[in-house]
Amino acid sequence: MIDKRVASLADAVEGVADGAIVLVGGFGAAGVPVELVHALLEQGARDLTIVTNNAGAGETDVAALIREGRVRKIICSYPRSAGSIWFEEFYRAGNIELELVPQGTLSERMRAAGAGLGGFFTPAGADSLLSRGKEIRVIAGRRHVFEEPLQGDVALVKAERADRWGNLVYNKAARNFGPTMATAATLSVVQVREFVELGDLDPEAVVTPGIFVDRVVEVAG
Amino acid sequence: MTVAPLSHADMAARVAQDIPDGSYVNLGIGMPTLVGDVVSDGKEIVFHSENGILGFGPAPAPGEEDWELINAGKQPVTLATGGCYFHHTDSFMMMRGGHIDVTVLGAFQVSERGDLANWATDDAHLPPAVGGAMDLAVGAKRVLVLMMHTTPDGRPKLLQECSYPLTAAAVVHRVYTELAVIDVGPAGFVVREMVAGLSREELQQRTAAPLGFADEVGVLVPSGR
Repeated sequence: MIDKRVASLADAVEGVADGAIVLVGGFGAAGVPVELVHALLEQGARDLTIVTNNAGAGETDVAALIREGRVRKIICSYPRSAGSIWFEEFYRAGNIELELVPQGTLSERMRAAGAGLGGFFTPAGADSLLSRGKEIRVIAGRRHVFEEPLQGDVALVKAERADRWGNLVYNKAARNFGPTMATAATLSVVQVREFVELGDLDPEAVVTPGIFVDRVVEVAG
Repeated sequence: MTVAPLSHADMAARVAQDIPDGSYVNLGIGMPTLVGDVVSDGKEIVFHSENGILGFGPAPAPGEEDWELINAGKQPVTLATGGCYFHHTDSFMMMRGGHIDVTVLGAFQVSERGDLANWATDDAHLPPAVGGAMDLAVGAKRVLVLMMHTTPDGRPKLLQECSYPLTAAAVVHRVYTELAVIDVGPAGFVVREMVAGLSREELQQRTAAPLGFADEVGVLVPSGR
């Protein structure tokens, strides 16, 4: 019997260790697993490395983790969104480390981790400051930079529906990093708007097969 | 300068003329988004958004916004008939892998070799942010830049060498400003079109790299829009 459903948000984030690398889905506000991040805040893990596209805005989700001093380092592509006040404050004060990664490289590094690959060469950023200190190779006449896989200890993802095997479908552009992050973490935790019965998801339309998912929690709304 | 420069709407319309029917197009945030409002004339263009949309349509009516259907600038959009969703890794495969026909990007600076600087200035107050700019610049088949010819305080943005950090080297094909349409290639900057009434010398004065001129330089006429 496989049943990846858990009863509460607290159960969903149980066991996340201090110092964990946590992949957090979302692009802007779309697809951010807000309730899971708040559960992690309650859970109390500290000294976290957060991997996410933006650095949180306002007072919720990743911004709240930063505000409460739980984040040692952030790995992201665009930490300068409107309302990213807590990141900016911690960054200016030197209280948070930033690893800036081109967005496609961020996603592909996690894909490489999920796919069991040792990294890849990409032309993106090869002529920029972001390739400093990294291996450069000319492939087919073009400069490429070597990028390492990015493996998470935990992924926090938001999807639309799941069955008890953890098969997932998403909603519109809230899908974004979710499917890749789910493959790239030791523990993949998903919040969904709705549980459905096994067999109710169209197998042709499943986006994330349940093999990549460890825990699912229902968060209505 | 007594000549009337092109409006932003005219600049966007001029870019739109150069986008072939059937193209897959990614528009950068800022002024390039205007191009989406003026591509029409029976052309079927599929707009790509880095966060996982092909075939997005115009902004929804007020009150109809769906905040899980947003574009790269985090603004609500709609899905055109035939549009679809996909995840980030697939989206950047499209961008980096040469599947996007045309991208229209804003820029801080462009060099005569086509180097693009559009992600960071020398303002140390702001944390650096790059988003998808580097993936798009290296991957799109054709990179068009839509920008003002100079900074607000009159400094040239078309240069021999970019002084700001590069997004990518030797990627820009053509630049559209309020004054001119300029090709970028092995011969450096070559002016294809200039706004009515502007002299070659006046354009050169606003440009910090030598300008070549096409055999026949077309005339850009403001529409009044």
